[in-house]
Amino acid sequence: MVPPTVAGEVVEVSKDGSYTIYHPIVKIREKSGNVKELTLVQEWPIRKPRPFNKRLGIEKPLITGQRVIDTLFPIAKGGAAAIPGGFGTGKTMTQHQLAKWSDADIIVYIGCGERGNEMTEVLEDFPKLIDPKSGRPLMERTVLIANTSNMPVAAREASIYTGITLAEYYRDMGYHVAIMADSTSRWAEALREISGRLEEMPAEEGFPAYLPSRLSEFYERAGYVESLSGREGSITIIGAVSPQGGDFSEPVTQNTKRFIRCFWALDRQLAYSRHYPAIHWLTSYSEYMDLLADWFKENVDERFLLLRTEIVRLLQEESKLMEIVKLIGGDVLPDEQKLILEIARVIRLGFLQQNAYHESDTYVPLVKQFKMMETIIYLYNTSRKLIEKGIPMSVLREKEIFEEVIKMKYTIGNDEMEKFEEIRGRIDSFYKELYNEYK
Amino acid sequence: MKLEYIGLKEISGPLIVVEGIQGASYEEMVEITVGPSEKRLGRIVEIHGDIAVVQVFEGTSNISLTNTKIQLMGHPLEIPLSYEILGRVFDGVGRPIDGLGEIYPEVRRDVNGKPINPVSREYPRNYIQTGISSIDGLTTLIRGQKLPIFSANGLPHDTLAVQIVRQAKLAGEEDAEFAVVFVAMGVKHDVADYFKKSFEDSGVMQKVVMFLNLANDPVVERIIAPRCALTVAEYLAFEHNMHVLVILTDITSYCEALREISSSKGEIPSRKGFPGYLYSDLASLYERAGMIKGKKGSITQIPILTMPNDDITHPIPDLTGYITEGQIVLDRSLHQKGIYPPVNVLPSLSRLMKDGIGEGFTREDHPAVANQLFASYAHVQEVRALASVIGEDELSELDKKYIEFGKAFEEEFVSQSREEERSMENTLDLGWRLLGILPKEELDRVDVKILDKYYRPYSNKVRGEF
Ligand SMILES: Nc1ncnc2c1ncn2[C@@H]1O[C@H](COP(=O)(O)OP(=O)(O)OP(=O)(O)O)[C@@H](O)[C@H]1O
Ligand SMILES: [Mg+2]
Repeated sequence: MVPPTVAGEVVEVSKDGSYTIYHPIVKIREKSGNVKELTLVQEWPIRKPRPFNKRLGIEKPLITGQRVIDTLFPIAKGGAAAIPGGFGTGKTMTQHQLAKWSDADIIVYIGCGERGNEMTEVLEDFPKLIDPKSGRPLMERTVLIANTSNMPVAAREASIYTGITLAEYYRDMGYHVAIMADSTSRWAEALREISGRLEEMPAEEGFPAYLPSRLSEFYERAGYVESLSGREGSITIIGAVSPQGGDFSEPVTQNTKRFIRCFWALDRQLAYSRHYPAIHWLTSYSEYMDLLADWFKENVDERFLLLRTEIVRLLQEESKLMEIVKLIGGDVLPDEQKLILEIARVIRLGFLQQNAYHESDTYVPLVKQFKMMETIIYLYNTSRKLIEKGIPMSVLREKEIFEEVIKMKYTIGNDEMEKFEEIRGRIDSFYKELYNEYK
Repeated sequence: MKLEYIGLKEISGPLIVVEGIQGASYEEMVEITVGPSEKRLGRIVEIHGDIAVVQVFEGTSNISLTNTKIQLMGHPLEIPLSYEILGRVFDGVGRPIDGLGEIYPEVRRDVNGKPINPVSREYPRNYIQTGISSIDGLTTLIRGQKLPIFSANGLPHDTLAVQIVRQAKLAGEEDAEFAVVFVAMGVKHDVADYFKKSFEDSGVMQKVVMFLNLANDPVVERIIAPRCALTVAEYLAFEHNMHVLVILTDITSYCEALREISSSKGEIPSRKGFPGYLYSDLASLYERAGMIKGKKGSITQIPILTMPNDDITHPIPDLTGYITEGQIVLDRSLHQKGIYPPVNVLPSLSRLMKDGIGEGFTREDHPAVANQLFASYAHVQEVRALASVIGEDELSELDKKYIEFGKAFEEEFVSQSREEERSMENTLDLGWRLLGILPKEELDRVDVKILDKYYRPYSNKVRGEF
């Protein structure tokens, strides 16, 4: 690839063979008549964004294989997401999952002021994992930038820019790059520490007043673009945020929110009860959903959004009903509402919870995500008909169908879509059985 | 020839400011002569042009602007090391205080250590059996891990730490050499004595190195003490192939010392007056745990901290949790119920256990049973909240089972005696036995195969077998 600063006519190309990266490979005559020699390396000042022709619209998702992300809060290729959460809530795990399974061509992973062992883990695991797209070890598409917490803070401040510049370099070649920064809070703290040493006037919580502008400069470097060579490439940024005391009102989380459009809020209570990924369905959001709607309709199913909306509605209903249950217990609720609670439980356990350590559940293709939603909603609608017939919820609950649907993530393999028909069949017989009993 | 600088520009708390210094470097040691002959040690913590700020280890009492002379020593604080260091007791800056004389050094090392390149780290995978169910079963300690105990005033963290040291076994490697490095920071005499006596009673004192900076010892030395201790640990682990367990207590006093010094330096404070670099500073201690490729030894850290006001969001536990690989959280209400060790398993976590348990390490069902215990016990909390509103009698039959399970879990699984050592097998079996209180359909975190193999409905008859 020719550096952005050079343009002109190729006048000489080296013969095929092996060369060192510093060996001149191509000569280019510029308009001025100067001849420039190009080698296989480029240098670029990391704080300056690399140029491109133009920004293109955002319309494709970055597919991650994580249900709560792809289905509820999708991230677009060229978009930016933040994943805030207190310690131990799952920021690093989620980022590792995306680094492993997302359908990007290149992954840039910045360990910014975090643990040494987490870097070592990537170094040990990734060479062993196979990238389904290329059939090659995952490590080959990954660049790691390691600045662990015990390394100098000045380098920590720079590591973010090094990472994004590498990402731009690959984007300019026409690749889709996903960049993970774990954690942007440590970077902000490095800014604060350096600013303190320079004796600058601090703003909020000791952070320098230019924190928001630095954050926006970073996140602005995401995007789906046409590169100088006319190819399409993208950078998707996923930044972890480690708020002090797990409190999202602190400056780094608040300022980050202004520059991202996808917010995966990790919840301490969910993590405590081992609901993983602990991305909370009520406090998270993705503003990309509308932009991606057409893509999902065309590439997954016409009804994808409809079902998604229904799932979200049921979860919201559940949270309202839980307020009542907390006050007076669940027994007094009418049966339709008890059913909502039961289905929401199926959604939480069977759909939202996803086990990163399970062989097949760790990555789930979009078709299966869709079929799972479809099955859950089918179960809901079928049960509702029974309730309308006056059959009590307690009777419905005695049937094993709810547990069976919860376990379908394990019982149905990622390439056994036909098995969903069987479950559907069992939902039908569940209906018939009860219907006949109560006729 | 060494230059001597006479007189000071300023004295502030434990710091002195010297003017006109040439060629000084950050972290360099200085020797301070007070009056005619008294010698003290100091460390350069800041340099502005020809002005250096020096921390005086023994404190600044009796120092005046005119009665001192200063000499640069040309190196950072170093500690003498040799294998003979085992069984010895030192003060916070590594001077022997057991009356057994100086150490004849094999090598001297800078106490600040060097960051380990992640490429040369080895990912820790082997577990340490502590014989304590709540730890082995649910927050498994891995060799090379940093796993702090989040405690609070009046809770039995010291007893728990001693029990861990006494019972710790390296699974499958009984003959491996182990050592304990213990560092006390700002704790009372009786706490240090308790540890010392426990080490002696269990006959491990010859494998222990102690660094004591007690509550009435100089604050500046409190900052150095853990660094000396970790330097010793690195030496034993990576040059003598030992498995070293480092106990650091109390991290809260350490952080308070850091705050005190920071404020006398006039630095801009961050949350609760702690310096903005508290995270980096703690990381420079905690990240010294681990294993290195090609070396046999390991450093496992158990830092102990007391959460001010029992508040887990306080900067000290908060920043610690962001650096360590999990935490064991002790809980006052469990303690008040008479449960020892009062480990609240829900906020507790061992991040490294995922790679060190299960088939080939502990037992195939370990991940499943651990997950299910967490999930079911989390549900117990919801049921209890409900019961406190509508009364236990009004609960559904299923919810009553949860109440029963919760009680049994706390009293039989979490609770054990101070001498009791349970094998991994016993711990896992006990977990299944208690899960048997709940109907099988409720166990939704377990793969069907495992569930069929291990689930048995609870029966009272086998009670007392453990
Ligand atoms: N999707 C998941 N599946 C299974 N376990 C998970 C998942 N997410 C998180 N965990 C569990 O939670 C633990 C902590 O997660 P992680 O290390 O990602 O937290 P973090 O938010 O990065 O914390 P910190 O801010 O301290 O770095 C993991 O070690 C793992 O046990
Ligand atoms: Mg993390």
